Amino acid sequence: MKHFFLASILAGALALPAAAADYTIMAPAAPGGGWDQTARTMQTALQQEKIAGNVQVVNVPGAGGTIGIAQFASQQKGNPNALLVGGYVMVGAILTNKSPVTLKDVTPIARLTGEYEAIVVPASSDIKTIGDLVAKLKENPGAVSWGGGSAGGTDHILVGLLAKAAGVDPTKINYIAFSGGGEALAAILGSQVTAGVSSYGEFESQIKAGTLRLLAVSSDKKIEGADAPTLKESGFDVVVQNWRMVAAAPGLSDEQKKAVAADIEKLAQSKTWQEALKTKGWTDTYLAGSAFDEQLAKDISATDLVLKDIGLVK
Amino acid sequence: MSTFEFLLQGLASAAQPINLLYALIGVTLGTAVGVLPGIGPALTVALLLPVTYRLDPTGSLIMFAGIYYGGMYGGSTTSILLNTPGESASIVTALEGNKMARAGRGGPALATSAIGSFVAGLIATLALAFIAPYIVKLALVFGPREYFALMVLAFVTVSSAFGDSTLRGLTSLFIGLAFSVVGIDQLTGQNRLSFGIPDLLDGIEVTTMAVAMFAIGETLFIAAQGNKGPETVEAVKGSVWMSAQDWARSWKAWLRGTAIGFPIGAMPAGGAEIGTFLSYATEKRLSKHPEEFGNGAIEGVAGPEAANNASAAGTLVPLLTLGLPTSATAAIMLAGFQQYGLQPGPLLFVTNPQLVWGLIASLLIANLMLLVLNLPLVGLWVKLLTIPKPWLYAGILLFATLGTIGANPSVFELGMLLTFGFLGYVMRVLGYPIAPVVVGLILGPLAEQQLRRALAISQGDVTTLVQSPIAAVLLILAALAFIIPLILRIRGRGEVLSQMAASED
Repeated sequence: MKHFFLASILAGALALPAAAADYTIMAPAAPGGGWDQTARTMQTALQQEKIAGNVQVVNVPGAGGTIGIAQFASQQKGNPNALLVGGYVMVGAILTNKSPVTLKDVTPIARLTGEYEAIVVPASSDIKTIGDLVAKLKENPGAVSWGGGSAGGTDHILVGLLAKAAGVDPTKINYIAFSGGGEALAAILGSQVTAGVSSYGEFESQIKAGTLRLLAVSSDKKIEGADAPTLKESGFDVVVQNWRMVAAAPGLSDEQKKAVAADIEKLAQSKTWQEALKTKGWTDTYLAGSAFDEQLAKDISATDLVLKDIGLVK
Repeated sequence: MSTFEFLLQGLASAAQPINLLYALIGVTLGTAVGVLPGIGPALTVALLLPVTYRLDPTGSLIMFAGIYYGGMYGGSTTSILLNTPGESASIVTALEGNKMARAGRGGPALATSAIGSFVAGLIATLALAFIAPYIVKLALVFGPREYFALMVLAFVTVSSAFGDSTLRGLTSLFIGLAFSVVGIDQLTGQNRLSFGIPDLLDGIEVTTMAVAMFAIGETLFIAAQGNKGPETVEAVKGSVWMSAQDWARSWKAWLRGTAIGFPIGAMPAGGAEIGTFLSYATEKRLSKHPEEFGNGAIEGVAGPEAANNASAAGTLVPLLTLGLPTSATAAIMLAGFQQYGLQPGPLLFVTNPQLVWGLIASLLIANLMLLVLNLPLVGLWVKLLTIPKPWLYAGILLFATLGTIGANPSVFELGMLLTFGFLGYVMRVLGYPIAPVVVGLILGPLAEQQLRRALAISQGDVTTLVQSPIAAVLLILAALAFIIPLILRIRGRGEVLSQMAASED
């Protein structure tokens, strides 16, 4: 019976976030993914650096974060202790799912981290450069199959943007969506698809081991240690960053918003956070205040445009 | 150092008393959280991972391995005793396990599950240590068309294995398939049958459906019978331990379950539950006592339980050899390892041999600890069944609800739990089997996505499905599994079939 007793305590702790919590961070995804890891890393850093007392993480998975954001906006209104983790994928998901709740319904605080995308082919492929790949794409768009994450996500958007920049009809691209990075990577390694798209970190160890060939990266400048040109250098004006952000609840007063923003700034500069970024291979892309608001608005309108081009949003 | 020396070194450090204590704590915590319905190993590990941060790398890995195996095992306990699967991989266990528990054979059911998990875990972990690089090459050959053929095989074997009436089994399966198309279509990102309800965008959660169908449906069914219902639950009849006959019937099922579960777990899109389905179907077909299936056949517990543990070890094959996290649990493990600077990937075995072998040794120790912890507790667990019915079922309702809220705190999810519970009740009253609904919900999206991916890659050329030798063989097997029983049934009205099954071993 000891087990049931223990189990019920744990279940209780799960179901009811403790009332004394200084912050409750919602990760609008299942345990294990990028947003969940961001939320749990924030939890550790906020507590260890004594920026906050008690920090809880709640997972509300589903639909690219749109389920989580909907619940967050309606249930946490005016609560200065609630935080939501999100990111670029959410921008696309809100548009494709026609979500009634958008990032306008929460209070974006800051961009925290970012990852750049990489385009790879299996080592056995006869495609040697990004130029070769684009030439094939121009010849017959359907014959080039792209393996990547969920439809309308960052990977899909990058392929759409590249096709457009290369003068290929984006609706003609043959994008094969896989659930989760692992499944897509397996399909690329097994030469099931022509090329693969994902964050650079996801491919890094395979590229170093020589099983995948890196063709290009989606960053503005060359990535340190990556032996490939950027898309920009290759003549395609495409820069895509898969960023992650933190938002607060809607309906906060200016003081409350400032207090949250100050805590997040402390977090971003803390030693624990910076060390965690290093071990996880995340790039620090901290951006807050009006600069972040502007960037966010720019990203949303650009995404809307490309999703319409691909044909996912009408 | 050779492979073997690394393993011995790992075992030596894992066997230190303090590390054994960590293993015990891990297994206990894992089991305790894992028994909650709706809370699978992934969430268990995510919840308990911070506990391991305070320890040194060896201690942390060992406790972690304990939590992982404990969480897996906890799900089976509730499946058997309360007909409430804790996660999708233990759904099949509930079919025969709970029937056994009600007939007073809960002890042997729990024991065969624990020992089967141990045997499977042991063999699969050793296989992980020695043949992982070869297995992973095979797994990478599997592309969308091969997976689709595998799903077809699973559909055919599974749907013939549930219940007595094929028509009723198929009806239930199609109800499950219909539910499986709800939500965002993964390949195009468009909504299907979500009726503007945001909670439905991500489809219907399998554990919610399973817990509702099995636990809530059952509770309603019992409650509706009132005092008239036969007093069928008998806590202990005969020995709590496995008899010689139980052993004789279990050991082959354990080995077959392991052989099925490990390679399927190693496939990036395999999943533990598919191995359990195939194992159940195999055991039913090969059993000398096919009439016992549906009434508590011990092979039906032994095989799937071995399969689900073997597949857990199988998941580690792509994780350790390629750095591919192919399940939620594996993704969380990855996060856990990174704090020690361990970067899973193709070079892991070369760059971090100590940690990898330490982990494999920890898994072996955790596996043993699980057996040590759970076998003596079998007697205690079985006593749960002596709780008076109103209390027991009230408890099941409580745990089912808590588990669902814990995994997904939403009013809508709770509403779904109750609605599907009612559906489960109605199906029970009308005599339709429950399990195929859940099977359809799990296999439906997999089969659909893999088929569409295969056709997208081939740009609509249907012959691609049979052009790969592996896919062709799997499809032929599926066709045979479908046609042979039909012919046999027409010719010998099933007699031949049972004779054949008897002569096969």
